[in-house]
Amino acid sequence: MSSDILFYLFAVLTTGSALAVVLNKNTVASALSLLISLVGVAALFVLLDAFLLAALMVFVYAGAVVALFLFIVMLLDTYGGDRKPFKKATIVASAFALALLVLGLMTFTRRGSLETSVSAATTEVVPVGASLRAYGEQLFTTYLLPVQIVGFLLLIAMLGVIVLSKKFEGLEDVK
Amino acid sequence: MDFSFYFDLPLWIRLTLQGLAVILVLFPIAAACSMAERKISAWIQGRPGPNRTIPPLLAWVPGIWILQKLGVFQLAADGGKFVFKEDPVPGGVNKFYFIAAPILAMIPALSTVTVVPFGAYLDSAGKLVPIVLANVDIGLLAVFAVSSLGVYAVILAGWASNSKYPFLGGVRASAQLISYELSMTLSVLPVFLWINAPGGQGTLSLFDVVQFQSQPGFWGGAWFVFTMPLSAFIFLVALFAETNRQPFDMPESESDLVGGFHTEYGAFKWSLFFVAEYCHMIVGSAVFILLFFGGWNPLPWVTLTDSVNALAGVLPFAAHPLFMGALGIAIFLGKILFSIFFFMWVRWTLPRFRYDQVMNIGWKKLLPLSIANLIAYTLGIALLHK
Repeated sequence: MSSDILFYLFAVLTTGSALAVVLNKNTVASALSLLISLVGVAALFVLLDAFLLAALMVFVYAGAVVALFLFIVMLLDTYGGDRKPFKKATIVASAFALALLVLGLMTFTRRGSLETSVSAATTEVVPVGASLRAYGEQLFTTYLLPVQIVGFLLLIAMLGVIVLSKKFEGLEDVK
Repeated sequence: MDFSFYFDLPLWIRLTLQGLAVILVLFPIAAACSMAERKISAWIQGRPGPNRTIPPLLAWVPGIWILQKLGVFQLAADGGKFVFKEDPVPGGVNKFYFIAAPILAMIPALSTVTVVPFGAYLDSAGKLVPIVLANVDIGLLAVFAVSSLGVYAVILAGWASNSKYPFLGGVRASAQLISYELSMTLSVLPVFLWINAPGGQGTLSLFDVVQFQSQPGFWGGAWFVFTMPLSAFIFLVALFAETNRQPFDMPESESDLVGGFHTEYGAFKWSLFFVAEYCHMIVGSAVFILLFFGGWNPLPWVTLTDSVNALAGVLPFAAHPLFMGALGIAIFLGKILFSIFFFMWVRWTLPRFRYDQVMNIGWKKLLPLSIANLIAYTLGIALLHK
């Protein structure tokens, strides 16, 4: 099937460029690999019929967030070469994490509980990320609490950045 | 005339033909815009502008001097020059990204047009069908998403040039485009709040926006520019900033950055940046017209369907779907060309902002204004639907 070929194509593209983000010495090239990876994820969303999510992914992450990353990278002028090689502890930890991930995926596919739950949904189910209405309804009913919590987390992070980056003169208690 | 043979063709052939047709219209218009820019700037500044170029043999044709004076042949001369000129790649640039940047500029510029409808016709069942490459439900979001990728071409060009002025231009572009994207998105929300009445499936389709402005009655036929003037104004200002047009052409600003992001570029690569900029302008003004100026409807309160029906009373061939489609596209294209003229008019009238002024306008004026606009219209629409 053609959608299977497309899935493999975009899956390889996404994971390959995600690897390139980590392994690239040049920070700008890393950011651009992240961009390709995000576009690949958006393409995977399209294959799942979640067109709205795909458009949002490209608009917010690929269009704005990576552009901000590039802006910061260029502003700090971190050209290639000054990235330190990985420490031994990092390598051990990442190997362990990879083993855990593979193990988790293996048990997930071996037990096959995912397959039954998908086939149980016999009738045409509208994907949540497909249309505006389906997406909005889920966001404001089923996932209301997670959305609020994530929003709150972002707010805290933003306040933290402001506190960290701003110099408060004569305000000892804020420090 | 019978066109059923066209609809018997396989789908992929039809799609390819349609895509090619759109690009074959868009690309020359974008190229001709650069010529129009020179001529209009000349008129605004009281100069004659390009008025000498003519191919040798054509000069014998009587009456052709009018085209010569209008600078029509200059376009071909310019285009030929860009193709045949030596294309230098300066030493010290990051070659891969330096060459990739102009290509990256063209891809979003040409692909956003796929979801922009540019006309409509009545089929045999009397149903209005949009003329568009892909009539998707998330039309506007798709335009915003793909056109937001255009900034990478500018950033990459600035960074890969390995030179100070292009670098500054690239950094400016990344900050400016993000700043104005927010106000732009917020300014169109009232339009979609208004057309998505409770109970509907929810749509971001640009065709539905035009349909909403083609309803009978005083309020149904009013273009959104009359009912939401502030939204239209914010969108227009943000559009100027998003397309890097004066007074917002910070990434380029030749008086303080030499040429900005394209200082190190020449010949064909340079011209690709410019065609991409004009493509962005064309698609941007197309979206602006669809949202606020009634799309292919000739006048406010006069829809395309009504005017074709009125014409069909006088001219029998006007009832043909082909005529209606062509008329719709012609009206829409006319509006776009006027909008492009407006872009140029502003460019040669207003001076460029300083960079801190651009940031101040974006974050301290336009963004609060668009949020206030959104809240006001949300409350108003909620009260109206009560």
